[in-house]
Amino acid sequence: MKKLIITGLITLIIAACGSNSSDEKKQTASAPEQKEANGNPSYDPNRGEGKFSKVDISSTLDVSKADAGNKVFTVKCSSCHKLTEEKLVGPGWKGVTSRHTPEWIMNFATNPDAMLDKDPKAQAMLEICLVRMPNQNLTDEDARDIFEFMRKNDGVK
Amino acid sequence: MKNFKLFPVALFVSIVSLLFVDSCKPKNAGNAVTADAASKSYVAPGKYDEFYNFVSGGFSGQMSVYGLPSGRLLRVVPVFSVDPEKGYGYSEETKPMLNTSRGFVPWDDLHHSELSQTNGEIDGRWVFANANNTPRVARIDLSTFRTAEIIELPNSAGNHSSPFITENTEYVVAGTRFSVPPDNVNGDVPINSYKKNFKGTISFISVDKATGNMNIAFQLKCPGVNFDLSHAGKGKSHGWFFFSCYNTEQANTLLEVNASQRDKDFIMAVNWKKAEEYLKAGKGQKETVKYAHNIYDEKNHTATSELKTEVIVLDTKELKDICYFIPCPKSPHGCDVDPTGEYIVGSGKLAALIPVFSFDKLMNAITAKDFIGDYDGIPVVKYESALYGEVKKPGLGPLHTEFDGKGNAITTFFVSSEIVKWNIKDLKVLDRASTYYSPGHLCIPGGDSKKPNAKYVIVYNKITKDRYLPTGPELAQSAQIFDITGDKMQLILDFPTIGEPHYAQAVSADVIKNNSLKFYKIEENTNAFVTKGESSAKVVRKDKRVDIYITAIRSHFAPDNIEGIKMGDDVYWHVTNLEQDWDVPHGFAIKNASNGELLVMPGETQTLKWTPEKPGIFPFYCTDFCSALHQEMQGYVRVSPANSSTALLFSTGKNVAPVDSAVSK
Repeated sequence: MKKLIITGLITLIIAACGSNSSDEKKQTASAPEQKEANGNPSYDPNRGEGKFSKVDISSTLDVSKADAGNKVFTVKCSSCHKLTEEKLVGPGWKGVTSRHTPEWIMNFATNPDAMLDKDPKAQAMLEICLVRMPNQNLTDEDARDIFEFMRKNDGVK
Repeated sequence: MKNFKLFPVALFVSIVSLLFVDSCKPKNAGNAVTADAASKSYVAPGKYDEFYNFVSGGFSGQMSVYGLPSGRLLRVVPVFSVDPEKGYGYSEETKPMLNTSRGFVPWDDLHHSELSQTNGEIDGRWVFANANNTPRVARIDLSTFRTAEIIELPNSAGNHSSPFITENTEYVVAGTRFSVPPDNVNGDVPINSYKKNFKGTISFISVDKATGNMNIAFQLKCPGVNFDLSHAGKGKSHGWFFFSCYNTEQANTLLEVNASQRDKDFIMAVNWKKAEEYLKAGKGQKETVKYAHNIYDEKNHTATSELKTEVIVLDTKELKDICYFIPCPKSPHGCDVDPTGEYIVGSGKLAALIPVFSFDKLMNAITAKDFIGDYDGIPVVKYESALYGEVKKPGLGPLHTEFDGKGNAITTFFVSSEIVKWNIKDLKVLDRASTYYSPGHLCIPGGDSKKPNAKYVIVYNKITKDRYLPTGPELAQSAQIFDITGDKMQLILDFPTIGEPHYAQAVSADVIKNNSLKFYKIEENTNAFVTKGESSAKVVRKDKRVDIYITAIRSHFAPDNIEGIKMGDDVYWHVTNLEQDWDVPHGFAIKNASNGELLVMPGETQTLKWTPEKPGIFPFYCTDFCSALHQEMQGYVRVSPANSSTALLFSTGKNVAPVDSAVSK
């Protein structure tokens, strides 16, 4: 307690010299928010983290979406992903639609940094690949098209 | 819990601490660094600064960007000098930016930065810069922090009173420090024919509201004197521009002595609205000249340079009532207009006072033709008729003035090494603070606009001496930040600068930071040599020219094995960065390249020209650490003799069996 008083005394004297006292208040005020962010029991490892919580998928292939996805793949993904099972920089895409949910794939594709920080499956892949998947700034539509292209690659007709 | 207990303690302590407050006050407010200086300039790790500070880089030719109040260097924007670090002036796309009527010029001397304004307030779109040596004005785009445009100025030398702007950025002006014979006459004349043959020129460069593109709207042919600095009128004086002039003696040698003879030189008041009228009425003379106009296109990431051949000149001797001279004591340097537009402050370098002119009085004097004569055909207004008043004995060697928007001005004094705060209305000195040493320009955020944000004044010193650890004969020049929120100006931080800082401007970060581009959209890249995806990567030969369409992404190039290059080829490496995320540039360097490297932003294409000098294997690699496998981001190119039959091959990741003939033999 003594220590606390001394520390408080010094802090306040310093604060009294400057005009920073309002800044300090802000800092203490933001502390409780941090706590809430830390504990996150609601994280769903099957869905991942991002905007997509439910993706409607039909049983048959949406050909136009898949074709659009192919185009995005060529520009933004093909440098690192093969369409076979072979790993290039990142994992090959063969079978990817059976390894993850559509929501997980689309969230990871659009929000890789956040997921690499907390998602167990994404982190396990990072340990193998050692290159963080770049955020290629896909639009929501791009992500959906790419998922359809992945389905095509996995044999959906 | 702890907080709760602390509360009564805190209350007690704060009462006690009030008793101590007095002990925190600076003992010598003028120059002491007080205890809370550190906390005032401290910006915690990971926190943003409150202001951007755009500082001219002087003879480095570049502009540096600092954060305030921390003084942290955020970026050096290459403007008038090549920058091998960023490939500026080395890549094929950026080379045209430094083209002039006399060809490629790799260096200049950048003196002043000026932020664009709308309604007299900084709008955060562009910052302009002047090149002193080969007269040019540049526009830097503040969404990319890159030089977007450079325009050369004909009939000019020593482009010093530049690039100051009008309150809606209608014009950027450029005035000649060195009078010279105009470009379209024979300049091969005796130097001592100055009075007859040498002319000063003021250029009015219009700025397109939407694109920012510059165009020399007209030039004013003026008497042969040295135009030094300038500022636009604002508010009531919008439509006028004010230029300080020295060497009205028209000396052409030993100006140090010969241009300091007269008791008064001039501030030239220019009625540019009138000039516009004359221009519209066809009173301008078309002159055949040559100047380059360079524009960087952000869609194709390529600069183009156009040589222009005509400029319209208005002769201020013939066309009366554009220009008026106001006598101003002893070689005026700074020429600054207060936020209301009423007061014009001239700072005579050799004067022991600061004259403050009144715009209203000046207008009345002009209407009443209250002239004491003319100078080379330009009417000279009577000093007392334009004068509001003088600040008496403010210090030695006044140079520049900025305004706090609260009715006060702060002026730098070069000889007495200090800044002095004075009240514009009563012309009384309020405070003075030492600087270390010999200040030139100073900057208050928005300090030359209608709405200064007067939290700090930053002073840019010419002499550094003992302020930092010695680094041999040459020392970094120093900037110093003073807190000016209280009655006393308080020094809170020194920071070193690049080149020599001259004028600088600062603005609240909020005006700029949210518009900052994070990457170029690859879909919108229209570079003639873009590679959109690895499947389009290729090597194309056309006679002796080889174009390599190569992509970069963490962490490999495609292609990364190239054969079939021959001696005598000109090889163009068109590197497209396929990344689409912030802060992931890739570099590109190739062994023995005699020009430089490329630094390619996400979604951008840049080209390095490479002429192999001998056969062999040449590695290339990424120079900007990009991922854990950055050291793996490399490739090889094989160069064969001119007459060899090596086939053109390119690939990435093809694990074919070795075919090297040297091994199998």
